[in-house]
Amino acid sequence: MRLNYPTNVKIVKVPCTGRVDILLILHAFESGVDGVYLAGCLEGECHFLRGNLRAKKRVQYAKKLLDEVGLGGARLDMYNMSSAQGQRFAEVAREMTEKIRALGPSPVKNRGQGV
Amino acid sequence: MIVANRKSLEEILNMLKPYKKVLLLGCNECVTVCAAGGEREVGVLASEIRLSRAKEGQEIEIKEQTLERQCDHEYIDQVRPFVEDYEVILSIACGAGIQYVAEKYRTKVVLPGVNTTFLGVTLEQGVWSERCQGCGECVLHMTGGVCPVARCAKSLLNGPCGGSSNGKCEVDKDLDCGWQLIIDRLKELNQLDRYEEIIPVKDWTTSRDGGPRKRMREDLRL
Repeated sequence: MRLNYPTNVKIVKVPCTGRVDILLILHAFESGVDGVYLAGCLEGECHFLRGNLRAKKRVQYAKKLLDEVGLGGARLDMYNMSSAQGQRFAEVAREMTEKIRALGPSPVKNRGQGV
Repeated sequence: MIVANRKSLEEILNMLKPYKKVLLLGCNECVTVCAAGGEREVGVLASEIRLSRAKEGQEIEIKEQTLERQCDHEYIDQVRPFVEDYEVILSIACGAGIQYVAEKYRTKVVLPGVNTTFLGVTLEQGVWSERCQGCGECVLHMTGGVCPVARCAKSLLNGPCGGSSNGKCEVDKDLDCGWQLIIDRLKELNQLDRYEEIIPVKDWTTSRDGGPRKRMREDLRL
């Protein structure tokens, strides 16, 4: 579709959002990223049946952990879309970028040791 | 398994305030099953601590290690080669494991990262429930396999009490009345006549009330 989306979005491909573990999200923040979002299949349409539902639960849990740690759960979010929805993908990338920009850079940027 | 809950991050961070080099020890047995202190939880806790410290501009070095068990010498010995490199040990095994690590490494402060609670079972993924209190004198054969000590809030041996209502305990509307469970089970087993047998006063000396307990098998001692 040749749609534009912000360049600060780095894509990590996974076979299903169900593959995403809480530790992957936390390690991403440790390495200094300002925000993380998961883009999964529409609910009920998961190719692996319930992977995106597992991811939803993990994102909710990880948001709580991020609040406890002091980074704020707002830096993490999950979106659902069909792989056919290119427009939505770009829209979400823009939306998330704006949200994170408003929150500012991650307070652990360049201070942590990373993993 | 022994079920434990991880302490709050705030409490753990408070305990770790004076330290910069931490050895975080998990356990591959009970606390893994109840998702409180296994390898995954070690990873998540270490990450949370590093993130919190980084946010304050402070560094912390955490070595993550999950032992097979922390209640046996051989496994605890596995950290001996590098334990001196760390200022403190934070253990998220059950209380028994945490204490044993402390006994083995007498010059090291050992901190508990979990609150150990009960002996229980997995009802479904993510839900664990108490079943045994370790009273030392099992009466499960008399109560259709349901424990009156662990599952009755009052540990009555001849229940139910007047607070049993619609199969629920007066203490909590979501708590099943232990004695209702017992009666239902005895009915299913056609053993309802056992209900009429009065279970005598319990001898609590076999329980914690008699002091810390030990078990020995002479034939196994070298």
